[in-house]
Amino acid sequence: MEKVPIVRLRGVTKRFDDVVAVDTLDLDIYEGEFLTLLGPSGCGKTTVLRIIAGFETPDTGEIFMNGDRLTNIPPNKRNVNTVFQSYALFPHMNVFDNIAFGLKMKQCDKKSIQEEVRRAIDIVKLSGLEQRRPFQLSGGQQQRVAMARAIVNKPKVLLLDEPLSALDYRLRQEMQLELKRLHRQLGITFVFVTHDQVEAISMSDRIAVMNEGRIEQIGTPITIYEEPDNMFVARFVGEINVFDGRVKHVENGSAQVDIHGQRFKVQNKKNLFPGQDVTVLLRPEDIMVSPNGNGSGGEGPALSGSVDEVIYKGKTVDLIITLDQGETIFVTQFFNEDQENVVYSQGQRVDVDWLYGWEVVL
Amino acid sequence: MVRKSRFRNVAVGVTLLWITLFVIIPYLFVVVVSFLERDSMHLIRWVFTLEHYRELFSPVFLAVCRNSFFLAFVTTVIALILAYPFAFILNRIPEKTRRFLILLMIIPFWTSSLIRTYALIILFKANGIINTFLLWLGIIEQPLNILYTEVAVFVGLVYTLLPFMILPLYASIQRLEPQLVEAARDLGATTKAVFLDIVLPITMPGIIAGCIMVFLPALGLFYIPDLLGGARSMLIGNFIKNQFLTTGNWPLGSAASVLLTLLMVLFLYGYYLSARRTSTGGMGRIA
Ligand SMILES: Nc1ncnc2c1ncn2[C@@H]1O[C@H](COP(=O)(O)OP(=O)(O)O)[C@@H](O)[C@H]1O
Ligand SMILES: [Mg+2]
Repeated sequence: MEKVPIVRLRGVTKRFDDVVAVDTLDLDIYEGEFLTLLGPSGCGKTTVLRIIAGFETPDTGEIFMNGDRLTNIPPNKRNVNTVFQSYALFPHMNVFDNIAFGLKMKQCDKKSIQEEVRRAIDIVKLSGLEQRRPFQLSGGQQQRVAMARAIVNKPKVLLLDEPLSALDYRLRQEMQLELKRLHRQLGITFVFVTHDQVEAISMSDRIAVMNEGRIEQIGTPITIYEEPDNMFVARFVGEINVFDGRVKHVENGSAQVDIHGQRFKVQNKKNLFPGQDVTVLLRPEDIMVSPNGNGSGGEGPALSGSVDEVIYKGKTVDLIITLDQGETIFVTQFFNEDQENVVYSQGQRVDVDWLYGWEVVL
Repeated sequence: MVRKSRFRNVAVGVTLLWITLFVIIPYLFVVVVSFLERDSMHLIRWVFTLEHYRELFSPVFLAVCRNSFFLAFVTTVIALILAYPFAFILNRIPEKTRRFLILLMIIPFWTSSLIRTYALIILFKANGIINTFLLWLGIIEQPLNILYTEVAVFVGLVYTLLPFMILPLYASIQRLEPQLVEAARDLGATTKAVFLDIVLPITMPGIIAGCIMVFLPALGLFYIPDLLGGARSMLIGNFIKNQFLTTGNWPLGSAASVLLTLLMVLFLYGYYLSARRTSTGGMGRIA
């Protein structure tokens, strides 16, 4: 039996003049998940949220909520609430009235409004600030009011458009944890928008990587990071090293790929055939470095080069290495007790390779 | 920097001098005269009296006040009803059209409003443009009586004062972030609730400013009822003008002027309070 998504977008397209903001997009959002739309600025993330909220009507395609068509329902009749990027707090109302607004619109009685608002204020930890006006609050506090104002309505889906982008680094870290806590505590489906891949990876159940109005890949943070479907996703979710190679030989489940004259064994998940040109991708932390002439553990193929730059980061040491063939690669090494010589010096000759299976072949 | 600040000092100084010479000193004269006795020979006699303020409570002046407030109030309401949607549209149309419309609104200021009122007579009179046109269309058979009616006075007042309503409304609507309307819709507000709970309160300073800028001048624009209205349409402005120019009762005219000023101060205080209540301290401020 297939799970019915709480929100389903089918073939949704939205144009602004000659810009295609969202391009025949399909997306299923499941009850209770924390889904992140990740992509560069201008890729259509906000437009997708606005279509779900009802502020934009798609040119083509349909939206469903729990299987019911939502496409032409106005925003005030959707069981969805938004936390706006600019917070959009009502400047003429105090914190309490801002948070109570949605309940007042639903004509709830005074007493239950009092109770619900108080509970929401407790959840977002704003007690004591009920009478303040928005301009008397810090950015983080405004953010919390915006959250409380949305969640007090108990929406089926909470839409958050880059809610943390206006906060400074420390506050941002704090609010990330806070949002995760809220998500667990409330059990509401979160659709979160960000252009920050670190934020997306650390917070989400699933990530949809967007580019030019389309979803390039959707999956868990681990899948997105470790098994990107294409170069765009690979590059967008973190640093990556790219090697061009050619398939020489195909075996059962693996293949031999020639990179700069060295034969590397890679996993064969995509029906590679001999003679095919492929790209082998490796995250900086998946590359292993060893002193020249030694290879990895003294055996197997390796690419040699010399260390250009050593960047000590505390937990890690980053190396920038120029291969003898001229390519520059980026390597992150973690300190551990087995391997003491992670600290290389500038100009030192080294070999690089990786463990079978850690690579991605496109 | 030094030159700049000297320029500023000079500019501020000249302005202050100008205001002192032509606003504050004449106004002080008016205040002083309002407390002096009337003299048929020399206009005033240097004897202190509160008589003229007492006269302001006479049935004659109260009738003028009532009529005047009525005219000004209706004018303000009509102007507000016309200007609010217009100011809204002005905010929603493309930049180019908007600038053109604002220019159209400002061009009449280059002509004296007295002359523009005469132009209205040409439109309104029995064989004027409006009547000729309606007769030609066959909509009416007899010329309509427009000139020297209250309708003509209202049209004249609204026409003259409408821009003073539109501009503050336009400015306050411009400051209303569209996101606030969306946020309200998102939280379940109907169109009516969005207007009453969000748009109206946030644009209230503009509404009050516009109303002050229409209501107060409407009390004083004496030449419009003089030229367009019947004898019944008397404004406080007509009363003051008559005291100075016809009856020669300067102290009474001065007392009425002082009353108008006090009214204005009261209104401005009301505006100050409302502006403070809806102030945003820089809305959308980040961190
Ligand atoms: N109201 C609009 N009018 C015209 N173009 C728009 C409008 N909203 C968005 N766009 C365009 O659509 C594209 C996607 O925008 P948006 O969804 O805001 O991207 P993101 O949130 O990912 O930065 C951009 O090229 C943007 O310029
Ligand atoms: Mg955006």
